[in-house]
Amino acid sequence: MSEVKNVMIVGVGGQGTLLSSRLLGNALLAEGYDVKVSEVHGMSQRGGSVVTYVRFGEKVYSPVIDKGQADLILAFERLEAARWLPYLKEGGTLIVNDQRISPMPVITRAAPYPDDILEKLAGKGVNVVALDALALAQKAGNAKAVNMVLMGVMSQRLNFTDELWQETIQKTVPAKFLDLNRKAFALGRAQVT
Amino acid sequence: MNELMLGNKAIARGLYEAGCRFVSSYPGTPSTEITEEVSVFPEVYAEWAPNEKVACEAAVGASIGGARSFCAMKHVGLNVAADPLFTAAYTGVNGGLVICVADDQGMHSSQNEQDSRHYAASAKLPMLEPSDSAECLAFTKEAFDLSEAFDTPVMLRTCTRVAHSQSIVEPGERQERPLKEYVKNPQKYVMMPANAIGRHVVVEERMKALSELAETTPLNRVEPGDGKIGFVTAGICYQYVRECFPHASVLKLGMIHPLPVKLIADFAATVETLYVVEELDPVIETHCLANGIRVDGGKNLFGLLGELSQGRVANAMGLPLPASADFGELTPARPPVLCPGCPHRGLFYMLNKLKLTVTGDIGCYTLGALAPLSAIDTTICMGASISTLHGFNTVRGGESARSTVAVIGDSTFMHSGITSLIDITYNKGISTVLILDNSITGMTGHQQNPTTGLTLKNQPTPQVSIEAVCKAAGVDRIQVVDPNDLTALETVLKEELAAPEPSVVITRRPCALLKSVKAMPALVIPEDDCKGCRACMKIGCSAIHFENGKAGIDETLCVGCELCIQMCVFGAIRFRGVTA
Ligand SMILES: Cc1ncc(C[n+]2csc(CCOP(=O)(O)OP(=O)(O)O)c2C)c(N)n1
Repeated sequence: MSEVKNVMIVGVGGQGTLLSSRLLGNALLAEGYDVKVSEVHGMSQRGGSVVTYVRFGEKVYSPVIDKGQADLILAFERLEAARWLPYLKEGGTLIVNDQRISPMPVITRAAPYPDDILEKLAGKGVNVVALDALALAQKAGNAKAVNMVLMGVMSQRLNFTDELWQETIQKTVPAKFLDLNRKAFALGRAQVT
Repeated sequence: MNELMLGNKAIARGLYEAGCRFVSSYPGTPSTEITEEVSVFPEVYAEWAPNEKVACEAAVGASIGGARSFCAMKHVGLNVAADPLFTAAYTGVNGGLVICVADDQGMHSSQNEQDSRHYAASAKLPMLEPSDSAECLAFTKEAFDLSEAFDTPVMLRTCTRVAHSQSIVEPGERQERPLKEYVKNPQKYVMMPANAIGRHVVVEERMKALSELAETTPLNRVEPGDGKIGFVTAGICYQYVRECFPHASVLKLGMIHPLPVKLIADFAATVETLYVVEELDPVIETHCLANGIRVDGGKNLFGLLGELSQGRVANAMGLPLPASADFGELTPARPPVLCPGCPHRGLFYMLNKLKLTVTGDIGCYTLGALAPLSAIDTTICMGASISTLHGFNTVRGGESARSTVAVIGDSTFMHSGITSLIDITYNKGISTVLILDNSITGMTGHQQNPTTGLTLKNQPTPQVSIEAVCKAAGVDRIQVVDPNDLTALETVLKEELAAPEPSVVITRRPCALLKSVKAMPALVIPEDDCKGCRACMKIGCSAIHFENGKAGIDETLCVGCELCIQMCVFGAIRFRGVTA
């Protein structure tokens, strides 16, 4: 486990990216890794573009990730996937929730929302995994559980047991949302990608 | 057991373990969670003060009263608290006193990126700077010990990347610190000239002693390397340096004021080239140069702006950067926006519609400056909206007050708006001030304040009446209006702008994110009813989109605030199941 692995969780303020990074961080801690998670609070949480960096390995120094360093990016929205693409390593994996949330410059017609983002991303030498996490979250019982669906998808790429994930979910999410979150996570984890 | 802990929470843990008994702070990103996290410990009295000056003074008082005491603020908060800070350096402490300042290099959530290390130098106070959560905890405890050993307030400096990163921490036990005896001592605590002259001598002697400590304290450590390249660095920059140069020699400074001389000079002698890596101003570099220590690279490589990262350090040092893909097309920016249902939205729509000049302030409502609301002309610092309006209107003459307003939030009004309002009434101004009362301190993540009727620990407390404060300040014309009622809002604004005397309009409606505010069901726009006129787009609500010539509402975002209904002359927007 010597090499440091880099995961980025990107999305729109309010989509629940912070809970995902907490869950991932706690799972990594339980597995015995050194972990750093860097998040943004404050201003940008108000519907702005948000990013969380998660780094783990034997010894982690910097809490942030730079261009060309991410092994995996979990994008909660299409445009955010495109925005943070330069942070992905060559051959890295981009898990994208195929959802569109228009930013204000698009709403005010100051800028267009790029077309065919997923198709364009697929041609960039990275592995793109796209899914409709919103539909799965609704199926689990609440549109807000998109974060847990996406974490479920991501969990396929980490070699951790079901047990560990279940324990970590229990530790990380508030008790009254436990069932919903478990369901959403399971739907993501079972998703064929 | 080890825990993954936010830097701010680790500081709170450090406060608890150090036996701290008193915490008074005013919120400010990235410092806010320290005080929130420490408030869960029943052993620690913790409060929100109305502003940083008050918080700092309260902590000074608690220290003189014999308790280990603490106060936290963001970098600009230290400007507000600077007055007590400089003189507390003279009085020294009784119980240990630690003042934490969180800098925001890169301005993630701030109006400037000033470097707080200058305060330590000019106030003549020791300053420690942790580089991860474990050090946040350890340095907080160390700061109290130093404070009591040297009879001085101690500053603890963090930054966004330390305060808001989680890393591994091993929590310990609390060590109770009984209240120290208070002994009347005017020579130490009454800072009038005769006494202060004597205390200044003490301050300079203390700085000498601290400079000696800087040479030997384990807070500063040499990590020997291959002897070729050597780095002098501190705080978060240490992590970036280590990431890029695992084998280099590093002098990591945990105490960043006063800085050691011999330790740096001896370290410099062991390496072929010496680099100083620090964010913002060349504080360490200038110190090296002033003491005749050769620096081969510093600000010339790393610059004065923003925050560093391992990539920026690598690039400046000429290391190769990893390849990265490019999307190849412009990705539109996604600036933060007022939330759906935000009570500030209707107000800024109206201020824009009436084409008023608006002096702004700091809070969620600063976002009213962004398109399409585009309603704010100035933003300087907390409280400045009202006083800048007074200056603006005074020089531009009588008519100016008919087309200008100040906007200020409830928390900001309590922080530093009241004295500004008095500037208007006392000096016969006629300006119109709008107080945006959303019943919470919104921007920093929902802290209580004196107008909300709840304390930091969520206990009920007498509520400060904004109306009564304004009245007492000499304002006779005070109106309260719901900013989501656009017709009433327009009428009230026009009345008060026309009045030849100072007036206050309180726009009162709670923040849509408050738990006590029940969201209404989402609104819908049946496609056939939308005429595509885009009137609803003028309020800049992120729940409303416009595609293929029709407006639509995102039902996962809409909270049914009904503002857009007032924009649609065709009556196309309604609750589901309601027919036109
Ligand atoms: C001197 C200073 N202290 C703290 C802050 C951080 N800060 C920015 S806005 C704000 C409070 C805003 O609350 P309020 O005025 O009630 O407006 P709201 O965000 O609720 O609309 C704070 C604490 C700051 N910018 N400057």
